[in-house]
Amino acid sequence: MFAVENGLQGDPRLQTISDAIRVIPHFPKTGIMFQDITTLLLDPVAFKHVVDIFVDRYKHMNISLVAGVEARGFIFGPPIALAIGAKFVPLRKPGKLPGRVISEEYELEYGNDRLEMSMEAVKTHERALVIDDLVATGGTLSASINLLERAGAEVVECACVVGLPKFKGECRLKGKPLYVLVEPSQLD
Amino acid sequence: MSGNKEEEDPRINGIKTKIRVVPDFPKKGIMFQDITTVLLDPKAFKDTIDLFVERYRDKNISVVAGIEARGFLFGPPIALAIGAKFVPLRKPKKLPGETIFEEYELEYGNDRLEMHVGAVEAGDRALVVDDLIATGGTLCAAINLLERVGAEVVECACVIELPELQGRQRLKGKPLCMLVEYR
Repeated sequence: MFAVENGLQGDPRLQTISDAIRVIPHFPKTGIMFQDITTLLLDPVAFKHVVDIFVDRYKHMNISLVAGVEARGFIFGPPIALAIGAKFVPLRKPGKLPGRVISEEYELEYGNDRLEMSMEAVKTHERALVIDDLVATGGTLSASINLLERAGAEVVECACVVGLPKFKGECRLKGKPLYVLVEPSQLD
Repeated sequence: MSGNKEEEDPRINGIKTKIRVVPDFPKKGIMFQDITTVLLDPKAFKDTIDLFVERYRDKNISVVAGIEARGFLFGPPIALAIGAKFVPLRKPKKLPGETIFEEYELEYGNDRLEMHVGAVEAGDRALVVDDLIATGGTLCAAINLLERVGAEVVECACVIELPELQGRQRLKGKPLCMLVEYR
């Protein structure tokens, strides 16, 4: 579900956010129009809009845990967690987290990768939000949902700044709703 | 905050008790300072950010540079609170646009830190943020990147310092602010 479909139609902040994202063609390989959010981070007003919109949506949903996917989920997740009084849990590439971890494999275009979470991160029945900068195939978010559910958390929603148009409407990932601010920006 | 015990803010002890020390990670002999347990405590995490924001909000900082990946946990909340831009300093080949890089030494071999061209401008007043300072090699590389594009590095800010590794001496004369020492 996109923000415009859920009460934010005509909200000028969405255009500001969209305009602040830079498109880099053919990165990391030919054919991909990469959505570069680093230019959004250079615009304190636009960056704050992103956080404010998510905080407004989630502050009354009793979320106790915000999980962010390494590395760009680390940029958007903590400000949201801090504002809603939730803990932040980093979901990381293999070998980065110390202590006991659980891990979940997911598919890439060629081969697999793995996401890890600390076993101490979740108390059972916590209500969790998963954050990443962008959703394309949904593979990383699905792995994140799996990790949190295996640890006993209830994933309330997944939230991304950018999402492909196929995520409009009632589209769900592993049965969980998805909330997206903007569609991919186009090259000028 | 840094090393001035008589004035230590009461929030600092709360943060210190939340840091988990994990022995022999990532390899034998290293006492790993795990800040993820600070992030699990909303009050401790908020106190960490508040302490830095209180220090920097009136210092006219225009850019906060965070070192991948744990610098990304602390830098953006600080940047948002003080109205500065946030610039991620990343491992090679992660940033999609045109970049400049700075090499730095590891125990065995070298690594590189990259920054997007155009993200930081001449005259920007910069704060560099990471979770921890050990030898200071990464922070030094960050300072070099920022100075090469004409920014003035005002200070480096870390949650934890390992003072025995003397990283403070490798910051090209820039001051360091830290909250917690680990000896």
